[in-house]
Amino acid sequence: MQKNSLARDLIAAAVALALLLSVPMLTGSKATTNFIIYVSANGLLAMSLNLLVGYTGLVSFGHALFFGAAGAYPFVLLMQNLPLSIPGGIGLTLAFAAVLALLIGAICVRLTEIYFSFLTLAFQMLIYSLMMNMIDYTGGDNGLSGIPRPAFMGVDLTNASTFYAFVCVVFVAAIVVMRVVVMSPFGFTLRLIRDNAQRATFLGINVVRMKLICFVLAGLFGSLGGIIMALFSAGAYPSFAFWTNSGDAIFMIMLGGMNVFVGPILGAVILQILNDFVTHYTSHYGLFLGLLILTIVLGFRRGLLDFLFERRQSSEQSALAAQRKKAQG
Amino acid sequence: MLKVENLVKSFGGVAATRDVTLDFPAGSLSAVIGPNGAGKTTLFNLITGHLKPDSGRVLLDGENIAGMMPAQIVHRGLGRAFQVASIFPSLTVLESMTAAVMSHRGESANMWRRFPIDAAQKRAMEHLDLLGLADAGGLLSRNLSHGDQKLLDIGLALALEPKVLLLDEPTAGMGPEERWAMIEKVQALWRLGGMTLVFIEHDMDIVFKIAQTVRVLRYGAVLAEGVPDEIRANEAVIDAYLGREEEDA
Repeated sequence: MQKNSLARDLIAAAVALALLLSVPMLTGSKATTNFIIYVSANGLLAMSLNLLVGYTGLVSFGHALFFGAAGAYPFVLLMQNLPLSIPGGIGLTLAFAAVLALLIGAICVRLTEIYFSFLTLAFQMLIYSLMMNMIDYTGGDNGLSGIPRPAFMGVDLTNASTFYAFVCVVFVAAIVVMRVVVMSPFGFTLRLIRDNAQRATFLGINVVRMKLICFVLAGLFGSLGGIIMALFSAGAYPSFAFWTNSGDAIFMIMLGGMNVFVGPILGAVILQILNDFVTHYTSHYGLFLGLLILTIVLGFRRGLLDFLFERRQSSEQSALAAQRKKAQG
Repeated sequence: MLKVENLVKSFGGVAATRDVTLDFPAGSLSAVIGPNGAGKTTLFNLITGHLKPDSGRVLLDGENIAGMMPAQIVHRGLGRAFQVASIFPSLTVLESMTAAVMSHRGESANMWRRFPIDAAQKRAMEHLDLLGLADAGGLLSRNLSHGDQKLLDIGLALALEPKVLLLDEPTAGMGPEERWAMIEKVQALWRLGGMTLVFIEHDMDIVFKIAQTVRVLRYGAVLAEGVPDEIRANEAVIDAYLGREEEDA
């Protein structure tokens, strides 16, 4: 089978899904399945953010906006107020996220570097403040509790094991779609822009439009992560849309790696382990998180998977260069 | 093929391009020379849309492209390479070239197919063969030698199969031998492609040997134009730029 083929990705995804689905049978522990659900929701947030950060070179500081304000909140509001099915609610929420990402992205992607970063943060804080003030709709500081989960096509999400399977399927499917996108011609166009936007322009690429498409895609998958979180926590809460959640997503990318496709998922796993175990023993969560990030940033100077990938890549490159030199005499 | 008419550009009161009118006929190979700060790169930036002219026209195949976005101009058949090699450091040579070919074929926004699309990769390999970079396809662009990076930069422009190609100092930063190897490659590509080629160059030996016609810029204006022998004998050019033999002694 060809290296990097779609078939290989699909097999990897099928194996991953089978493993995830067999977890309840292997352990039967609720803590483990809850852990995986958290990682799925936060992993989608981090993976979607990495479409911007790792593939396009756009460091968004406001990505939790899509997780909370364009994901969890509108989904809960829709489900509470309209007689929607779960897929209907998800579809409408994603449509809302796409429109919001299009509007915000159209302004943000014209800027680069730190200016882009701060503008995304500004939009997040603006919308967060609006939400906190619209108490009648968003519940203000209390958030929104309770979400109806009507059965659809024989799937009853009120059943815990059905819900777990549903999350695994949605998560893996979303990751596969993201994989298809980053390995497509469009995905390589994003890498061109990340490496050298000016040269990309002089190759005839409409850089602003490509960045905007990427921004919308990232918003969509971020929103999907928020929807999973809303279903799991049976509501939508301010912390979902707060800037610290955007920061956590950036930590996940930094810890796991941004140049290896699944890096952010590893980051989400590490952060979730920290969250579960460290907070169990100490309240100094931030201290341990800070120390870990310092160790990785100063010790490896990159995310864990990036570190491994680059070591392999540099030995491959040396071999290629030596081979070429030899051939040229 | 490429015409520049009464082009004017100032930066905060400093005139960088003063009423420049030039005509590059189809299939010609021309050099643009001039002392540092004469406005050579600015002229390229104005032609390619990187800068917007204050006034004047740039005609590509009869169409006024002045004021268009760079990407639009590229799609009309005008390619460029840069003074400092402008490449994609973390992509391999073959990936970069294939992506450039796919841009030319309008496949850059395709999300559902797998990169690389075979036909585009095949075309990219053909370009790399012509450039003599076929054996470097798997190398990351940042791992190429300086000269090969310049070559790749030109290759990226060639992948767009331009009607007009502008090369900003293709031999910049190279040693004497490397320079000749590079310029001979450029000349070979020009012969092969039938395109209109304009290059900026500081090495007068190269200019006079290769170029069909030479345009001399000074202080943002055209000082002289003609075939190499005319330029070599032009009093104004000698005074301004080439210098006199007795002064060198």
